[in-house]
Amino acid sequence: MMDELRDLYQQVILDHQKAPRNFRKMENATASVEGYNPLCGDHYTIYLLVEDDVVRDVSFEGTGCAISKASASMMTAALKGKTRAEAESLFEKFHDLVTGKLEVEQAAGELGKLAVFAGVQEFPMRVKCAILPWHSMHSALEGDKTVVSTE
Amino acid sequence: MSDPQFIPPPVAGALDVESIRRDFPILAQSFRGKRLAYLDSAASTQKPLRVIEAISGFYTSRYANIHRGAYTLSELATDAYEEARRKTREFINAEDEREIIFVRGTTEAVNLVAQTFGRMEIGTGDAVVISAMEHHSNIVPWQMICEEKGAVLKVIPMNDRGELLLDEYEKLLTDSTRIVAIAHISNALGTINPVRDIIELAHRKGIPVLLDGAQTLAHLPVDVRDLDCDFYAFSAHKMYGPTGIGVLYGKRKLLEAMPPYQGGGDMIRSVTFEKTIYNDLPYKFEAGTPHIAGGVGLAAAIDYLSSFSRDAIIAHENRLLDYATRALLEIPGLRLVGTARDKAGVISFVIDYAHPHDIATILDTEGVAVRSGHHCAQPVMQRFNVPATTRASFGIYNTVEDVDQLVNALQKVREIFA
Ligand SMILES: Cc1ncc(COP(=O)(O)O)c(C=O)c1O
Repeated sequence: MMDELRDLYQQVILDHQKAPRNFRKMENATASVEGYNPLCGDHYTIYLLVEDDVVRDVSFEGTGCAISKASASMMTAALKGKTRAEAESLFEKFHDLVTGKLEVEQAAGELGKLAVFAGVQEFPMRVKCAILPWHSMHSALEGDKTVVSTE
Repeated sequence: MSDPQFIPPPVAGALDVESIRRDFPILAQSFRGKRLAYLDSAASTQKPLRVIEAISGFYTSRYANIHRGAYTLSELATDAYEEARRKTREFINAEDEREIIFVRGTTEAVNLVAQTFGRMEIGTGDAVVISAMEHHSNIVPWQMICEEKGAVLKVIPMNDRGELLLDEYEKLLTDSTRIVAIAHISNALGTINPVRDIIELAHRKGIPVLLDGAQTLAHLPVDVRDLDCDFYAFSAHKMYGPTGIGVLYGKRKLLEAMPPYQGGGDMIRSVTFEKTIYNDLPYKFEAGTPHIAGGVGLAAAIDYLSSFSRDAIIAHENRLLDYATRALLEIPGLRLVGTARDKAGVISFVIDYAHPHDIATILDTEGVAVRSGHHCAQPVMQRFNVPATTRASFGIYNTVEDVDQLVNALQKVREIFA
């Protein structure tokens, strides 16, 4: 199989899409945002519980491709316990990673497990899939929108 | 891995596909070291050399603006453009050249009818009838005019195979129905609709019918007089011609009664600041400098298509459709979306362990060009309760090898996801 494909669909990503973490509705969320990619039908709701500027809990539900689902799942795992500023900074770094602005070696240090999404760099058409949950999370943090579209 | 038992034997008089493939230089390419299997002709067909050369030849030696110059070049260009109109008339057997309106494509053709005929005929409480399998371009223009006029949009339902329910359709034809607008062939499902019955039922109540023929001309012959449709819309780029040009056919009586669409040059006879007198058909609907070279390309595409026997084209595409349908159904977890008994060369499917978007990415790395998404028919996706499908569609240049490449690539999808 092609290396690029292997890099895109790494085992961690496949695991998360098969068994997504924090895949549930959150009744006591302080913010929730729907993210939608009308082109391919990816559709998620991201829930946040933010207290004292800290992300106490984060979850999601919805449907979409493997990349978007794994991205949402791994994002929820990465965000728990982060401050608002830390969460925003992770979003920026993740964005730079998938759009190829951040070197893979550098990413491993700054993004930890999320660095597996480096494979998306080779597939520009899939950047939107990887970023959709992050955009939604970002809007939920800012509390300014209830629906985000990547189109 | 092609399974010979699935390959129906070629018939006498069949298309010489190897020679056809040489007409399409783009198909000889490889991507990431993989032979290209182009299976997205329903979105747009590739262009044969004959069309490419007609366009470049026109720009090289015959180009000027049309209809207004008294010099030789302008006359040559005008002749070439009007020749395209004559060929189009003949191609769909319209009665009169003036019934052929050149537009940008199917989308513009439908908008034109909605904004002129629709604006004139549709009033408060009236109805427009479309079907559950329409492309957005045959939904939204009607929605817009219905909203503006306080009219309702009624939708013919379909069964689980993706076939329209004609009994239900009949019930929608009432005294308030002003027009019926239906896809001849569905781009998302491949269904060939029983347009003859649809037209006859509407005409019994005096209701005109527009057919969206975007998917048709590359596959089936169309005779607008035999069908007796009132409007017929299609795009050159889906029948081996260039983008940016398409056709609205309309019955002359209807077109003459309709107000103009856009205002501008060419659509007028005389203009003063007090009053403008509109030009005759077809120019009344062709404001501004048209896609002249597009017309030349369309004419070349018509010539190209006409150089083959239609029966041979249909037989070839049906053969691929049968072969691909059987081969795909062998794949565990794969479900076809659209299994109408009368179907064109379009196969939409979903696989229970992989999302269409991931499928398309993996197929692309194997050189297979298919489309994943809603195919501009979101209501169809909703009807079948899928977020999207993967769609393979065939043209005259496709081969059993293309289908095998698709099936092999789907094995890769299985390796990764199943
Ligand atoms: C059935 C159908 N109708 C309309 C259209 C719109 O055609 P165009 O984009 O050329 O205007 C398409 C093209 O995708 C189609 O398949």
